[in-house]
Amino acid sequence: MTTQRVKFYQVGSFAVGNRLLDPEQRTIQSGPDRANALTSGHRACRGCGEALGARFVQDAAMRAAGGKLISVNATGCLEVFSTPFPETAWQVPWIHSLFGNAPSVASGVAAALRAKGDTRTRVLGQGGDGGTVDIGFASLSGMFERGDDVLFVCYDNGGYMNTGVQRSGATPPAARTATTPAVGPAPGNPFGQGKDAARIAVAHRIPYVATATVADLHDLEDKVTAAMELHGARYLHVLVPCPLGWGSDASETVKLARLAVETGLFPLYEAREGRIAAVTRLRRGPVPVEEYLRPQKRYRHLFEPERDEATLDRLQSIADANIDEYGLASEES
Amino acid sequence: MREQIEGSQAVARTVASCRPDVVCAYPISPQTHIVEALAVLARTGKLGAAQFVNVESEMAALSVAIGASATGARTYTATASQGLLFMAEALYNAAGLGLPIVMTVANRAIGAPINIWNDHSDSISQRDSGWIQLYALDNQHAADLHPVAYRLAEEVSVPVMVCVDGFVLTHAVEPVDLAEPERVDAFLPPFRPRQVLDPADPVTIGAMVGPEAYTEVRYLAHTNAKRALERLPVLAADYAARVDRSVPAIADAYRAVGAETLVIAMGSVVGTLEDTVDELRGEGVGVGALGLVAFRPFPVDVIRAAVAGRERVVVLERAQPTGSTGVIGTEIRAAVPGGPPIHSVVAGLGGRPVTRASLKAVIEAANRGELPELSFMDLDTGLIEAAGSRP
Repeated sequence: MTTQRVKFYQVGSFAVGNRLLDPEQRTIQSGPDRANALTSGHRACRGCGEALGARFVQDAAMRAAGGKLISVNATGCLEVFSTPFPETAWQVPWIHSLFGNAPSVASGVAAALRAKGDTRTRVLGQGGDGGTVDIGFASLSGMFERGDDVLFVCYDNGGYMNTGVQRSGATPPAARTATTPAVGPAPGNPFGQGKDAARIAVAHRIPYVATATVADLHDLEDKVTAAMELHGARYLHVLVPCPLGWGSDASETVKLARLAVETGLFPLYEAREGRIAAVTRLRRGPVPVEEYLRPQKRYRHLFEPERDEATLDRLQSIADANIDEYGLASEES
Repeated sequence: MREQIEGSQAVARTVASCRPDVVCAYPISPQTHIVEALAVLARTGKLGAAQFVNVESEMAALSVAIGASATGARTYTATASQGLLFMAEALYNAAGLGLPIVMTVANRAIGAPINIWNDHSDSISQRDSGWIQLYALDNQHAADLHPVAYRLAEEVSVPVMVCVDGFVLTHAVEPVDLAEPERVDAFLPPFRPRQVLDPADPVTIGAMVGPEAYTEVRYLAHTNAKRALERLPVLAADYAARVDRSVPAIADAYRAVGAETLVIAMGSVVGTLEDTVDELRGEGVGVGALGLVAFRPFPVDVIRAAVAGRERVVVLERAQPTGSTGVIGTEIRAAVPGGPPIHSVVAGLGGRPVTRASLKAVIEAANRGELPELSFMDLDTGLIEAAGSRP
């Protein structure tokens, strides 16, 4: 474990405070030598969690690879907002092929490097939850089982946000999307659907799987670094709030990612060779899911016109089950 | 050296002589023997440092090829039928990105009804994908087209499909002269990609292009295809001289001089057709054949010259565009406005043999003026009636 827990003093948050830390404890992103692989000036929305996550992931991977990195991108927001011809925001060799084939393309890049005897250049694949857990899932699973030397990163914002907020296999229960509208007797996304891509990745017994969010960017960088220390197929599943899709304020992206963790809805863990190796316990007693749900318009139907107690209870029980299953309960509780 | 060898083996060993860096494939009949042979060659060190990647689908096969090619690797894959359709999205992508991948298509019908036998429904359905399509006339030709395909692909940065009739060629054992690897080396220089994913010189490949430039990208692809058509015969002639045999690259005319009736076909059926031409010529019938090798880009000038002055043209269509007339016939008609009547004959679908007797009957019907614009060779109307439908 390379993760170093850092105590903050000013706000009790993992999200801020670089300037208050000793230089060696600051993020890679805050360093003057960062690669700036995803440079500014791209066209992401204000408050985009994916842009934030990708920026930290790329530069941490670049640091770990000594600047020798090739990135493969699935179709999706990240690809669209970063490469409107003739502009590009990428300062790494970068390829976008299709929506559903990014892990395979990354496998191809890795195979070409092997054939050429290039053992230094590393390969990073990335996509949104649609490209990863839905249309690209066979491709991802194939890359995993072959053990190709690729770190694949899913930026999960819980839906097809690029096409106008439609439901994906990563959309949480009860969430309103354009294709799971908040109408009828069971508004929003059905319970019991969706897939846990990170756990399925663990089941492939690949060297490294981890979950992370854009709320704790030190943790995110550390997990990228840990993944890059290994070879073979590795997977990182990063929760990235989407103000457009979630109906949240652009200023609340980091806060919502933190609340997803603190409620127990999004457990943070690392798994190595098919076993959970480390779990991040909650820093404070579980936050009721309502605190996480309320700021998001995709859950407004749970509170208006009247409170949907039954659905709120079901969502709370999902968080409770996670806390139990992963042993997330805080030391203070 | 001349060997009695299966078509798939001939293709695989010639591909090996082309020194691919990455070979990836997903099995589908009748392509399997090609990739099985390459797997053995890879395991026994005959492919050097090449990586043989087993993948989970045809979509992945071509996607691995895309990633590898963009990283500067000479890349090979092979497929057929449903597999070609499953990778359709990636076909357009590889062509759009200008990646010089070479792929063998072991031509097979498309279901439903599921049918593993030979016709050209698969590759014909992808005619607008931006890939160059070359159709092998026999196994010697199938083998020889691969080095030419690599040289052409890499020179013009366009992927090439070498279409080889499934079973009829892939599983047929025939004498084939396999080019010595050093001859292929002398013809095919190491791959120098137009652009490559390299940390020393980062490029963005696959950017989003809007209305302001998309048309221009397509226009450039079109002009590049025309350039490919100019280079193809030159490169094929170069290779032919090195291996000391002819390697038709655009089209192969047979006893066409002075023929009132010209029969045009693609693939292995051309052999049967040439035998039929011999038979009819012996009876004093003025008929000739044209084996079309390059279907994409479509060699308009060659077709125009070949068709000029004929009384009629019969086109053997080994794929049927439901609800329209034959694909090749339509393109020939467009190439030769005001030219002779073009008769599309749908023949040899789903593995049905195209016999000399049937070919002779069709040609004789055309000469009598009794062949319609579109007809189905050897249509079993009794079978249709027995099934309760009307022919």
